[in-house]
Amino acid sequence: MGNSGAKETTSGSSTPQYDVVIIGAGVVGNAIARELSRYALRIAVVEKELDVGMGTSARNSGVLHSGIHYKPGSLRAKLNVEGNSLMEGLCRELKVKIQYIGKLTVAAEDEEMPTLHALKEQGEANGVPGLEILDPEDMEKLQPGVRGLKALFSPTTGIICPYTFTIALAESALLNGVDYFLGEEVREVKRNGQKFTVRTRKGLGLVSKVLVNAAGVLSDKVCRMLGINDYTIYPCRGEYLVLDKRLGHHLSTLVYPAPHKGKAGLGIHLTKTVDGNILVGPSNEYVDGPEDWATTSYIMGKLREEGEKLLPSLTTSDIIRSFSGIRAKQAPPEEGGFRDFVIESRTDVPGFVNLVGIESPGLTSSPAIARMVRDMVSALVPLREKPEFKPELDRMTGYFHELSAEEQADLVAKDRDYGEIVCRCEQITRKEVLEAIENPLGVKSVTALKFRARVMMGRCQGGFCLPKIVRILQEDFGYRPEDFFLYREGSHLFTGRVRS
Amino acid sequence: MGPKELKKGVVVVGGGPAGLAAAVSAKASGCDDVVIIERGRMLGGILNQCIHDGFGLHRFKEALSGPEYAQRFIDQVQDLGIETLLNTMVLSINDSREILASSREGLFRIRAGAVVLAMGCRERTAGAIFLPGTRPAGVYTAGVAQNLINLQNIMVGEEAVIMGSGDIGLIMARRLALEGASVKGVYEILPYPSGLPRNIQQCLKDFGIPLHLSTTVVELHGRARLKGVTVARVDEARRVIQGTESFIPCDTLLLSVGLIPENELSREAGVAIEPLTGGALVDDTLMTSVEGVFSCGNVLHVHDLVDHVSEEADMAGHFAARFAVGEMKPRDSYIPIAPGRGVRYVLPQKISGEMDVVISLRVAEPMEQKAIVGRDQNGRGIFRKKQVKLHPAVMMRIKVKKEKLQGVSSMEVGVEG
Repeated sequence: MGNSGAKETTSGSSTPQYDVVIIGAGVVGNAIARELSRYALRIAVVEKELDVGMGTSARNSGVLHSGIHYKPGSLRAKLNVEGNSLMEGLCRELKVKIQYIGKLTVAAEDEEMPTLHALKEQGEANGVPGLEILDPEDMEKLQPGVRGLKALFSPTTGIICPYTFTIALAESALLNGVDYFLGEEVREVKRNGQKFTVRTRKGLGLVSKVLVNAAGVLSDKVCRMLGINDYTIYPCRGEYLVLDKRLGHHLSTLVYPAPHKGKAGLGIHLTKTVDGNILVGPSNEYVDGPEDWATTSYIMGKLREEGEKLLPSLTTSDIIRSFSGIRAKQAPPEEGGFRDFVIESRTDVPGFVNLVGIESPGLTSSPAIARMVRDMVSALVPLREKPEFKPELDRMTGYFHELSAEEQADLVAKDRDYGEIVCRCEQITRKEVLEAIENPLGVKSVTALKFRARVMMGRCQGGFCLPKIVRILQEDFGYRPEDFFLYREGSHLFTGRVRS
Repeated sequence: MGPKELKKGVVVVGGGPAGLAAAVSAKASGCDDVVIIERGRMLGGILNQCIHDGFGLHRFKEALSGPEYAQRFIDQVQDLGIETLLNTMVLSINDSREILASSREGLFRIRAGAVVLAMGCRERTAGAIFLPGTRPAGVYTAGVAQNLINLQNIMVGEEAVIMGSGDIGLIMARRLALEGASVKGVYEILPYPSGLPRNIQQCLKDFGIPLHLSTTVVELHGRARLKGVTVARVDEARRVIQGTESFIPCDTLLLSVGLIPENELSREAGVAIEPLTGGALVDDTLMTSVEGVFSCGNVLHVHDLVDHVSEEADMAGHFAARFAVGEMKPRDSYIPIAPGRGVRYVLPQKISGEMDVVISLRVAEPMEQKAIVGRDQNGRGIFRKKQVKLHPAVMMRIKVKKEKLQGVSSMEVGVEG
């Protein structure tokens, strides 16, 4: 697909020189890019997918954790609590929806009570504000119908749309001068003299003083390109079911079971999304491939059973989709559980800022990780604040359908494209689709539109709007059938014209 | 500023076959201000992408294409001067028959004397049937493929497998074959096809496309574009029989695995939904549980033939007009009708007993040499209709005279030997 604000590969021209090159355009890479874009630096982000946030950053629960789960003194504890407190201001600047809806960690039986108390103490040691142990009566007030002995309530737990947030970070970085190279898979990284040379499969070459490894599930691969063999990522898949919005009102806060030792995740639970769906999941299976985003009938069946237990009014027709994401775990299957984040400025490879094993709570921690990386970068290249840095994105927070009828009428009067609904299920307007098509990073896939405009995300999964979007792209933007990708290169949606 | 306020007699939501017939009938039944709200840019709805023929055999005694069938009604809409709002989406309806709609001309709120719900249905998706595996490009519902191929001149693939034997899937199997694609086969999880017998003959047999019953797709393969599917046989309980899996290479999978009446607006308006049909619970005037709100066509229950949709919509439009002009007398009591043995659903679910009714129903499984029998609260026969062949794909419509309903306080409709 054509329209692209991101840089295209230019072969033959001289290799561009940067102060900082970031490998990986997930939430962490983009948070770093956006933080560094405050300073007078030449920055580039290199990403193998055709859009930002296509891996784990789009494939998770979208929960802002409070920070009760991590060992005091660990990076995860510190960065989670700090990241959580930075999120609200950041989302205000980036016009991203955020809801601090709180979380109940529920003890179902007596044996789980010590875990609850231990979590509270740990959370307090980590600086998590407002923690309380609640009786069933108070639990009921927060979440009608919740069952359990007692629960730990963490009011700073929140929800956010993880891909909307990632895209907003990237757009902000781009508008503040960061170059994006999308669809460029890094093949080789070399350090020669004081600089790094990054080469991609398509032949793009970038030279940089500082190299940041934010490659997520592939971060160990990037390490090995530089001769660092200290790390191995064990991909661990989590599958989810997405439930119809009509069940959304059942959840007013998040409810998790009390955690059990040695588990790789936090247990199957229901999570409300900022857009009103409910997610059931995630599961926990170590898999072979770092991008093995399949779902399995065995896990889907299990999630369905768990979902029915947690939400008795759930019927089969309420399940609209399944998806999976991969955790970048450092703990091998036989060890289980979690290891701490690795965030280091390597002394053996000067100029290499290395991030490995950023699994949960990576999303919540991302703004704090970005600051930590900024401090590491400041020791490598001088940072001078740019007066022209603009923290805000100019746009509306949320969607047309979330406005009152009066506000909607005003918008349509101002711009008729708001009056035309393209996606029926989510009531997304033509204006919102056009804005997504014309976004500063460019559009190279239909999924890029989905993650920006929320089209094709409703109960009919694009049955109504995909043909409409295809029509807009053909008629108004000159797309040919072969220009349409689902998400990555090779994912052609169509094979050509029926008749020429 | 706020939305523009309007007042109308009968508001028909949807300009497909049901909406068109309902609007024409409402106008003919004495309501002067009938308006059709259609979200697409032209009237006709899904008929516009149905370029094959076979429509209208009952109604017009002719085999018409979808657009030709629609045009017959569109001409009447125009002749009768019925107002149509195109490119207009209804955002919400409430239980006081207030409709909020949006178009490029602005937002408006209509107070309706009566509302006819005619929104049609949507296709069941890969997500809704828990299709496991990767998420490559090349997986479409049959109706989306039909839209892209017939209306936008876009070819979706070269080697196709069809999952499910619903009518649109059968039609699209033939359509793909006609355009030079290789259609590997149709895989149906049930022991019998879901589509009409005539489509099995004309779309599969006539084109040499194999139909595999009690077989289904159990996994998708391919990262970027679909590379193939695993199919397997299933037992009576639809469980996969281990060891029967085989890999079928293909770049396209079309899903024809069911249609879901599109009742999100209806639910919001407080309309009670009957789980057996997925549509509104209606009486013999096709009025829903919300006073003055009527329902017809595929939003009420999924039909087999558009001719039946039109017939049902005639009735909904007629009674909506009567209601809007204040000529419908309120009912004090109803006779409930329930499906009995061998019957999946009956519609309407309740009747007044004061007028002739048409009972629509589908049987639960294929049967031969049986009768559809309606019995009252005492087991007394109300009607009996003998059938040589009964098939769930075929919707039956049985007329019952009001004289037969005297003394009936409840009815059950079942299959008997």
